[in-house]
Amino acid sequence: MTELSKSGAAVGEPTSTSPAPTSFLEVRDLKVHFPTDDGLVKSVDGLSFTLEKGKTLGIVGESGSGKSVTSLGIMGLHTAGQYGKRKAQISGEIWLDGTELLSADPDEVRKLRGREMSMIFQDPLSALHPYYTIGQQIVEAYRIHHNVDKKTAKKRAVEMLDRVGIPQPDKRVDNYPHEFSGGMRQRAMIAMSLVNNPELLIADEPTTALDVTVQAQILDLIRDLQKEFGSAVIIITHDLGVVAELADDILVMYGGRCVERGPADKVFYEPRHPYTWGLLGSMPRLDREQQERLIPVKGSPPSLINVPSGCAFNPRCPYADVPKDNVTRTVRPELTEVGSQHWAACHMTQEQRERIWTEEIAPKL
Amino acid sequence: MSEDKAVTTPAKSDGATLTKDAAAGETLLKVTGLQKHFPIKKGLLQRQVGAVHAVDGLDFEVRAGETLGVVGESGCGKSTMGRLITRLLEPTGGKVEFEGRDITHLGVSGMRPLRRDVQMIFQDPYSSLNPRHTIGTIIGAPFKLQGVEPEGGVKKEVQRLLSVVGLNPEHYNRYPHEFSGGQRQRIGIARALALNPKLVVADEPVSALDVSIQAQVVNLLDDLQQELGLTYVIIAHDLSVVRHVSDRIAVMYLGKIVELADRESLYKAPMHPYTKALMSAVPIPDPRRKNEKSERILLKGDVPSPISPPSGCRFHTRCWKATEICKTTEPKLTELKPGQQVACHHPENFEDQAPQDTVLLTMAKEAAELVADEVLAESAETSAAVAAEVAETSEAPAAEEAAETPATEESAETPVTEESAETPATEESAASAESPAAAEPETGEK
Repeated sequence: MTELSKSGAAVGEPTSTSPAPTSFLEVRDLKVHFPTDDGLVKSVDGLSFTLEKGKTLGIVGESGSGKSVTSLGIMGLHTAGQYGKRKAQISGEIWLDGTELLSADPDEVRKLRGREMSMIFQDPLSALHPYYTIGQQIVEAYRIHHNVDKKTAKKRAVEMLDRVGIPQPDKRVDNYPHEFSGGMRQRAMIAMSLVNNPELLIADEPTTALDVTVQAQILDLIRDLQKEFGSAVIIITHDLGVVAELADDILVMYGGRCVERGPADKVFYEPRHPYTWGLLGSMPRLDREQQERLIPVKGSPPSLINVPSGCAFNPRCPYADVPKDNVTRTVRPELTEVGSQHWAACHMTQEQRERIWTEEIAPKL
Repeated sequence: MSEDKAVTTPAKSDGATLTKDAAAGETLLKVTGLQKHFPIKKGLLQRQVGAVHAVDGLDFEVRAGETLGVVGESGCGKSTMGRLITRLLEPTGGKVEFEGRDITHLGVSGMRPLRRDVQMIFQDPYSSLNPRHTIGTIIGAPFKLQGVEPEGGVKKEVQRLLSVVGLNPEHYNRYPHEFSGGQRQRIGIARALALNPKLVVADEPVSALDVSIQAQVVNLLDDLQQELGLTYVIIAHDLSVVRHVSDRIAVMYLGKIVELADRESLYKAPMHPYTKALMSAVPIPDPRRKNEKSERILLKGDVPSPISPPSGCRFHTRCWKATEICKTTEPKLTELKPGQQVACHHPENFEDQAPQDTVLLTMAKEAAELVADEVLAESAETSAAVAAEVAETSEAPAAEEAAETPATEESAETPVTEESAETPATEESAASAESPAAAEPETGEK
């Protein structure tokens, strides 16, 4: 991980001629822009990160920060649709196990999708087809990538349903999605995405639609399955609790960019970006003594069409005037290393941030 | 239309309720045996074939000036409860009293004067505001409907409300789509506050909002309560938010309250196994605790259907402590500790209510497999400690309880035996109180 992610730290540098990376997944300067009537929506604007097999990356951020667009970008789902004249404009590089996905032949990517990389969606009811049984859908996912007969594939489907903890899998395999409860549907979705033993699993808000007790079951399942299959996992969520449970590394997104990235422990205990402080302060916590008041982030998330100039967070940042010369409003800060494997994009000096965190923020949390 | 309302508003004179303010701590809302069953109809003749027991016997009080939090999983009936106490739904049974007045079956016109005092904030700020009205019209609607002319005119009052909830008063003529989610929720709050209500029922007020915005709205609700002396019933599924905002908390499961307690007692020492499981399931935002998996209690399967809820204690199908009595007898919501009401035969952190019943159901044994041994051992220990303490310090109440529980089980027995048992039982009670302590470590090891 060490030297590999350092290459990922070179954010913003021209990367077009760079050689194939050695890490399992590497995203370099990914940009996903959508042309609309109102202007260009810069959903993801220069995102870079790396991920190794067996590791979990948590991507956190508010709605509209570009989390889901990133995951769809990696899966190659933005260009897949042929509907409408307008297509997403995607640039950058996505290297999965030595293959660059953005410049690859669509048929090539299709072979990888579902087999090498697969996805768990937020809402299992709309992600599952209501006309087909759970079994038929899992069998289809398996047979696309494996040349086997239906009987063998169905056996595999039952096996997977059993593995994700669905009772009586040989009977339930013939049920339709509406006959499953919310938690069971999400289990079925997980079974479907793991049927081909993918090496990269992207879970986009996998538990947001679920109750807390069911969420605990699903998180437990994802953790166990990762141990068993050794896949790389990207978990996208707005819930810092979920991220703390699962992730080895955390990437905090704001306004389509990464504002902080580092090992989970560092991001929670030594965060070096005011937005991360804001997220930690606005969350009521069960594991601490009752706080008198939450410390919210003022204002609302930025429009992705008119991202504030300079640091995208500057209108909401209580420390925007700490750096001199109005630099926060004019110059876009780049990610700089603030610790081992830990980067943050902020104009304040390392010392200033360290002082503010230890003296002003941390005691109030 | 407004004239029409003007006719009905004199009704405020009949309700002394409207003029008299309940002092802080007095009961504002009292609910007894509240029920709501939604009929299920089938066939050509639309015969009723069953009912969804959404809310099935609730008893609680809301005191003036406090915040009552209601938590539970989806489908436990918490939203239905909110709509029943605001009388947006007609209860099937039971009684709702607002400031001592029975409002259970008041009609639309009967409720209208009360609508000033009871307001609601809805979950989804996108669907609860009419997209074709400006926010001035939306927030001003309560004045029009109630025929109230605020001092300085409606427009001025609406602008004042906008600034109270932290919006720009100049945005009076904008439409809802011009606002973000958090701002829309503030509009909803401004509308609820327009008539200076006494009770505000907020159904998942922050669950549709982002974390950073959620904190803004939580703080706003907090400030408004302090400034205006509001009473809140806040319905939410997020246990950390509920802890932050509430003074007392009711935990619901399948249409019933299983535990109702002060915030501190509930979060420090939950007594109902379901409460304990629910709290342990909340992911803690602390990566250093990632590997301490042992604390978590995983519940087996899903919540049963409210169409045919389980017999006895409704939680017995998923509880790791369930015994025969849980299957047959429904536990009553009783105050076991001051300020902590629990409906359970085998509560956590307290003396066992049915100590003679020690054989676990097979279902409970399966459920216990999902619970870490440490949790079981710890709960056995605390129960034993509490039991011993209770036996030592207060022998008399312990005797009463010990005598009462077998009486409920063997329902054939008359209360007479209970009374006669009271005095001689004092010594035995100490013994019977110890017996769960002796029995529990065994069950815990299974």
